[in-house]
Amino acid sequence: MRYLDEYRDPVLARRLIGRIRAAATRPWSIMEVCGGQTHTIVRQGIDELLPVRMIHGPGCPVCVTPLETIDRALAIAARSEVIFTSFGDMLRVPGSTTDLLSAKARGADVRVVYSPLDAVRLAVANPGRQVVFFAVGFETTAPANAMSVLKAAAQHVPNYSILVSHVLVPPAMVAIMESASVDAFLAAGHVCAVMGWREYEPLAARYRVPIVVTGFEPLDLLEGILMAVCQLEEGRHTVENQYARAVRRTGNLPAQAAVRRVFRVSDQVWRGIGPIPASGLVLAPEFAAYDAGLRFGVAGTGAREHPGCIAGQILRGTKTPPECPAYRSLCTPRRPLGAPMVSAEGTCAAFYNAGRPAGQERS
Amino acid sequence: MCLGVPGRIVLRDRDMGVADFDGLRREVCLSYVPEARPGDYVIVHVGFAISLVDEEEARRTLEVLRAIPGGLDEVSR
Ligand code: SF4
Repeated sequence: MRYLDEYRDPVLARRLIGRIRAAATRPWSIMEVCGGQTHTIVRQGIDELLPVRMIHGPGCPVCVTPLETIDRALAIAARSEVIFTSFGDMLRVPGSTTDLLSAKARGADVRVVYSPLDAVRLAVANPGRQVVFFAVGFETTAPANAMSVLKAAAQHVPNYSILVSHVLVPPAMVAIMESASVDAFLAAGHVCAVMGWREYEPLAARYRVPIVVTGFEPLDLLEGILMAVCQLEEGRHTVENQYARAVRRTGNLPAQAAVRRVFRVSDQVWRGIGPIPASGLVLAPEFAAYDAGLRFGVAGTGAREHPGCIAGQILRGTKTPPECPAYRSLCTPRRPLGAPMVSAEGTCAAFYNAGRPAGQERS
Repeated sequence: MCLGVPGRIVLRDRDMGVADFDGLRREVCLSYVPEARPGDYVIVHVGFAISLVDEEEARRTLEVLRAIPGGLDEVSR
């Protein structure tokens, strides 16, 4: 397919790997922020062929949605008047006691939608029910979720609301820069397609780290890694854009305007990591009527993580899944103990699906 | 949900449209790419086009990659 196959060419990939091997004089630590990139890197075994250390970042929205929020989703979905809608990958994320898929099996009306606009349509078609959409994700899904609220407001759809758990990438990168030793970052191309990369320029300067806006195909990732290695070898630390075909410096201005209209920046708890200041989005006061949390008055109580799960260290990049005692034994994609094993974008699931064995520590 | 894929716009009707993903056609919201026309490639995320693919830049990236010499540093897997 156009704009996919060309960037998967194995011959060019080998040449890029050769280039990286020739350029790197040290085993630099490079973090890919986005779970989609983690998936490609681990599945293709790119990390095992390179002289640098790839660190897998927190970029999986499924993984960082707080346990309390999953519990609130479950409480709302359990109500008889509610049709609870969500992207498919949220259904198996474990809450304190159960998950949405099990709730559905027990009779809750939980439905998977492809786009939040499908949820608005469902609300129009079912005026006697309450349709709630689980609005999770990074900057990439925020414009879509914002548009669903704008459409519901414009069409006067009173029975639509969203349960919001939105996270922002740059504050999480700052948190990682403060705590972990990462030499360079591959910034998530599609987050930047929406937001641009101006936010990263002061970060690259202040923390003296190269940041390369990178796409998702194998050649994109290899070129992004090569660009990061070249900056490190030359002692530079600027923002560069590998993914020029899809990302402009200012990002997508109409999408940013919609997000600014519907949401406000707030502090946010990241599952496995903890609270990060100004790292999330909540509905703006003028759209509070669409806030499912307020509409149904749900509060998470006594949320509890599985004690054996080390997801916090996985998401910070300080441990890899094979170092988790539960990996592949107690915890598998069929019976996930923690969120990183659920979504294909989660680091633990990426390792599992690539057949990486347990109990191995990568140097 | 974070997967964004390129699709070719086959139809545009104000802020909605249809995109072709290698034979599979799907409705997409085009509100955020006001300049996109049928025939253009867009990156689609959860039913929304979030970016217009710049074909000139795409060509340039591939040229750079194809210009990397092979030969001695070829690595076998
Ligand atoms: S393998 Fe399972 S238990 Fe271990 S960190 Fe990953 S999700 Fe948690």
